[in-house]
Amino acid sequence: MGRSVLHDVIITLVVSALLIWLLPLMISTYTLTVLVIYGMLGLSLGLVWGFGGILCFGQAAFFGLGAYTYAIAAINIGESTLPMILAVLVPAVFAALLGAMMFYGRLADVYLGVITLVVTLILFKFVNSTAGPQYVIGNARLGGFNGIPGFQTLNVPGDPAAYIWGDPYFYVCAVALVIVFLLVTWLLRSSFGRIAVGIRENEVRMGLMGYDVATRKTVLFAIGAAIAGLAGALFANWGEIVTPNLFSLGQSAEIIIWCIVGGLGTRFGPIVGAAGLAYLKFMLGQQSMIDNTLVLGLILVLFVLFLPRGLVPAVASLLNSIFGGTKRKPKPRRMRRARHG
Amino acid sequence: MAETVLETSGLTMRFGGVTASDNVNFKLKARELRCLIGPNGAGKSTFFKCVTGLLTPTEGHVYMRGQEVTGWQPHQIASLGVGIKTQTPNVMDALSVHENIWLAARRFYNVVEARERADSIIDRLALGTIARTQLGQLAHGERQRVELGIVAVADPWLVLLDEPAAGMSAQDVDRMTEIIHELTRFAAVVIVEHDMQFIRSIAQTVTVFHQGAVLMEDNVERVMSDPQVRAVYLGKKA
Repeated sequence: MGRSVLHDVIITLVVSALLIWLLPLMISTYTLTVLVIYGMLGLSLGLVWGFGGILCFGQAAFFGLGAYTYAIAAINIGESTLPMILAVLVPAVFAALLGAMMFYGRLADVYLGVITLVVTLILFKFVNSTAGPQYVIGNARLGGFNGIPGFQTLNVPGDPAAYIWGDPYFYVCAVALVIVFLLVTWLLRSSFGRIAVGIRENEVRMGLMGYDVATRKTVLFAIGAAIAGLAGALFANWGEIVTPNLFSLGQSAEIIIWCIVGGLGTRFGPIVGAAGLAYLKFMLGQQSMIDNTLVLGLILVLFVLFLPRGLVPAVASLLNSIFGGTKRKPKPRRMRRARHG
Repeated sequence: MAETVLETSGLTMRFGGVTASDNVNFKLKARELRCLIGPNGAGKSTFFKCVTGLLTPTEGHVYMRGQEVTGWQPHQIASLGVGIKTQTPNVMDALSVHENIWLAARRFYNVVEARERADSIIDRLALGTIARTQLGQLAHGERQRVELGIVAVADPWLVLLDEPAAGMSAQDVDRMTEIIHELTRFAAVVIVEHDMQFIRSIAQTVTVFHQGAVLMEDNVERVMSDPQVRAVYLGKKA
C-alpha cells in the first residue's frame, strides 16, 4: 500500500513537471493560467460530484464567492496573503452552512440541484444590483454589474510591492493545482475518502453501518467549495477584475459539462475536461463563423451518447485493452486505479 | 438472568388511517434468537423499521440495553453496536466485497484492525475467491452473504435481519443458518422471515404478528401447531 502511494505521487509529480515545462512552449502562459484555474474548478466539482455523489449546480457560486472575497479583502487589507486565505475560508463556511441545511434536511438528488442553482441565481442577482454607492464593504464598493477592478493582486507574502504576474503567476497557479491534486488524492485514499465513496454508492447502508451521512456530506461539500474558492481567488488575480458573471448559470453549467466530458469519478478527468473545453472555447472565440456554445453543446451531446463515462475512463480502458492483454498480472490493479482516476 | 437488550412498549405506527403497528410490547434477552412471522401486511416490517430508526413510531417507546432510542436516526442506533440488514440487499455495488466489509469494520476499528477483521470475516464466510470482485457482478445469494458479513464484522450485540433468506438457494440458506447460529454466541438476533422451512430450522422462540399486533409468542413447535396461528397465517399448507 505504502509503495503504491509513493508510486502515485512520483507519477503525478513527473507528469505535471513535464506539462508545466512543455505546455508554455505551445500555448501562451496567459491562456494557460486560466486553463489551470478552470482545471482546479473542475476538480472541485469532480471531487464533490464524482466521489461524493453530490450533484451541485452551484459550484460557480463558490468560485465567484472566492473571487469576490479576495477582491474585497485585498482592497481593505492591501496585502494578498490574508485575502487568499479568506477566499478559501469564506466559500467553505458558506458551503458548510448551505450543505448542513440541505443534508440534515435529507434533501437529495433533484432538490439539491434546484437549491444550489437558486443560491447561485440569488448571488448573481444580488451582486448585479449593488451598483449604488451605498453597497460598500470597508473601502470596497461592490460595483454591481461593473464589478470590482483595481484591487491588490497577488504579491510575495509579506512584500506588497513584489507583485507576482505574467510567467511566474502561471507557475504559481500550476503548482497550486498540483498541490490541490495531491491533497485530493490523499483525501480519497484516506478513510474519509473511502467512506465518502461508500456514501455515494449507498447512503442507507452507510447510515445503517453507523456513519453520520449528513455530517460527512457537509464536510465534503465544504472541501469542494474551498477548492472552488481558491480557484476563484486565482481567477480574480488573473483577470484583475471580478464581475457578477462569475456567478452566472452559464458558468455553473460549464463546470458540469467539464466533469461529464472529462470523466466523472476520476481525479484527472474533470481537469482535462475543464482545460480542454476552455481551450476549445478560447480558439472558437477567435473566429465568428460558428457560435461556441453551439459547439460546446454538440460535444456534450456526442459524449453523452458515445462516451457516457467520459474521456479519461474511455482512454484508460482503451490503453488497458491494448496493453492489458500481454501483461496479465497487473490487470486488476490497473482497472482499480482507472476507476479512481 | 440475561439482561434485556431490546424492548418496546406500546409501539404504535399509523400511516394516515392505517395502523400498521398496534401497541406492540416486545422483549428480547441477550443472545436470544427470535423470529418474527406473520402474513403479508401483519406489521413485521413496520415494527422492524421503527426499531431500526428508519421510521419514527407514532406512539410508544423503544429501549436498547435500557436506553431510550425512540426517534433516533439509524446511524445513531447502529453506533450503539446494532447490526441491521434491510429487506432488499443494501450494498455498495461499485465497490469490492473487501471494501464493503472494510467500510463496516472501519466505523468501529482503526484502519489496520479494520482490514484484519474484514479479512477474517471474508475467510469465515468463504468469500475469499471473490474478495476483489465488485458487488454488482455477484449473484443474489453472494450479495446477501456479503451483507451478513457487513453486519457481522462490527461485532454487534444486537442483530436485526429482515428476510435474510429471501430468494436464496437451499445451499445458501444452510450456510446462512450456520452464520446466524455463530452470531448468536455473542449477539441477540431478531429475524423477520417468511420462509417456514428456514424458521423451523433456526428458531427457538417465535413472535407471531397479525394485523399490526402480537398474536402470540411461544416456542416454535407450539406456535406451528396453534390453530389460531394456522388460521391467520399458515392456512392449509402446514
